[in-house]
Amino acid sequence: MALSTIWVVAEAAEGKALPVTLELLTKARELAGTVEAVAWGTDTAAVAPTLGAHGAAKVHDLGDLGGSLPGVPVAAAIAGAVAGGGGPDAILVPHTYDGRDIAGRLSAKLDKPVLTNATDLRIDGDTLVVGSAIFGGSTLLDTVFTGSGPAIVCVKPKSFAPAEGGAGAGEITALAVPGSGATDTSKITSRHVEERSGPKLDEADVVVSGGRGLGEAGNYQLIEELAKLLKGAPGASRAIVDAGWVPYAYQVGQTGKTVKPAIYLAAGISGATQHLVGMKGAKTIIAVNKDKEAPIFSVADLGIVGDVHKVLPKLIEALKARG
Amino acid sequence: MNVAVCVKQIPDPANPGKLDPATRTLVREGKLIMDDSDSYGVEMALQLVDKAGGGEVTLVSMAPNDEVSGLRNGLAMGAHKGVLVSDPALLGTDALGTAKVLAAAIRRNEFDLVLCATESTDGYTGTFPVQLAELLGLPSITFAKRVDIAGATVKVERQTEAGYDEVEAPLPAVVTVTAGVVEPRYPSFKGIMAAKSKPVDVLKVSDLGLDAGAVGQGGSRQEIVSVEAAEARSAGEIVEDEGDAHERIVAFLEQLKVI
Repeated sequence: MALSTIWVVAEAAEGKALPVTLELLTKARELAGTVEAVAWGTDTAAVAPTLGAHGAAKVHDLGDLGGSLPGVPVAAAIAGAVAGGGGPDAILVPHTYDGRDIAGRLSAKLDKPVLTNATDLRIDGDTLVVGSAIFGGSTLLDTVFTGSGPAIVCVKPKSFAPAEGGAGAGEITALAVPGSGATDTSKITSRHVEERSGPKLDEADVVVSGGRGLGEAGNYQLIEELAKLLKGAPGASRAIVDAGWVPYAYQVGQTGKTVKPAIYLAAGISGATQHLVGMKGAKTIIAVNKDKEAPIFSVADLGIVGDVHKVLPKLIEALKARG
Repeated sequence: MNVAVCVKQIPDPANPGKLDPATRTLVREGKLIMDDSDSYGVEMALQLVDKAGGGEVTLVSMAPNDEVSGLRNGLAMGAHKGVLVSDPALLGTDALGTAKVLAAAIRRNEFDLVLCATESTDGYTGTFPVQLAELLGLPSITFAKRVDIAGATVKVERQTEAGYDEVEAPLPAVVTVTAGVVEPRYPSFKGIMAAKSKPVDVLKVSDLGLDAGAVGQGGSRQEIVSVEAAEARSAGEIVEDEGDAHERIVAFLEQLKVI
């Protein structure tokens, strides 16, 4: 299917477009002549100029969703536009919690397949080719849609670099949200923000992550201290998130965040494929693990076979001594 | 309270995954096990039914070749029965096709709650549960890290980027649970023995009134046009700690101008 119009599901938080939203708009400019965004919530007027600067000619505004989880109403609005003949040829959705809800609902509403975990998008002739990685990133696939559109693709954060340019007007137009009956009854009753200081995990230049090798939850403070000294963000493997040592928001990996920092320091992490897929895009990887067979060493630029309980405190002291 | 839990039977993830070179579908050979991600949903379902003071936990699964070994893992944990849709026509079915099949299987009975993992370990598309909810006409709450039932309402703490939201929906509903939401029990010997005689209803696509064209590779309306190995990251220097490894790290960080 040739692409003339792409809609980007423009997720935002705290009055700002998510980085992945801007990444998708930037890529969409390359793929289609017309790029438009779909936004919701109360901050659309504040976000629209940024969306425009990254290529959105129009911002379809759904308005406040009245406490609904976004999946159903956002999908209903897009499906409504498609049914009315004013829909796009492809819909790019951030591969996030809400993004996957939106893409899944939309897929079922339109009876169209959705491709997820995309890390690359390109046009071959007039066909959209979707690149993704499977088996922990060891195998790359190119997939195409063989039926009629619109194409729905969930794209992983950090797949593309965001850039302003080809400025769209970012003109806000209202898009109706059709009623969805029983499906639209999941309501948010309160929100809880887990405070964390320092740079965001997925935006930090340095990420220091800890895993099961730390031994116990209390030792995670070594990771936090080291991250602070390196002006980086602390991260975690799935194992210690599942064990309840740190919140889910710290998790790096397939089910957590994808990070691409300049430096990734993994301490006490064996390097399950689940984890590697989330961090092997780092420019430089340093690993400390006592098991010299640990898979993390196969991707490390510097691997220390040693005990994190000995190496980390000494490293912290040495960095402190430098002032 | 009756709970359906969608479970996927997968090859042991400890072995590297493979694609069939001809069909480019996942190779499913050898003994299949229940996806570890699904054990949290099974455990949650058992606990909720227990708290409600009665009811049944039904495992719902789909496979091309009558595979039940993975279902037996969940039955051994204590689930009461299983429904397996097994049909060679299902080979190559995508997430939406899977949702169509399992929605049809789930509709044959009345459930108060449908639980799923947030995503499978082998395919990790992560859209199936919400597609299922849409086809069943039900609300959904994804990424639950805590699930409580209060009367006819399900109350969930839902994971977000910044922390978590409290979200509720009227039953029946579809909820996906993260790993770590509960600690899955290990099947007892008695459980394993009992699982062998628990009922598993095996259905064909035609039993569900579904058009065979809606499932399988044809129904997926997508085609993998290229498969290649990712460029492997080469390993660097590996050093055994002799008590001075921290100095190596400092020197390395200096060289990279981080410090």
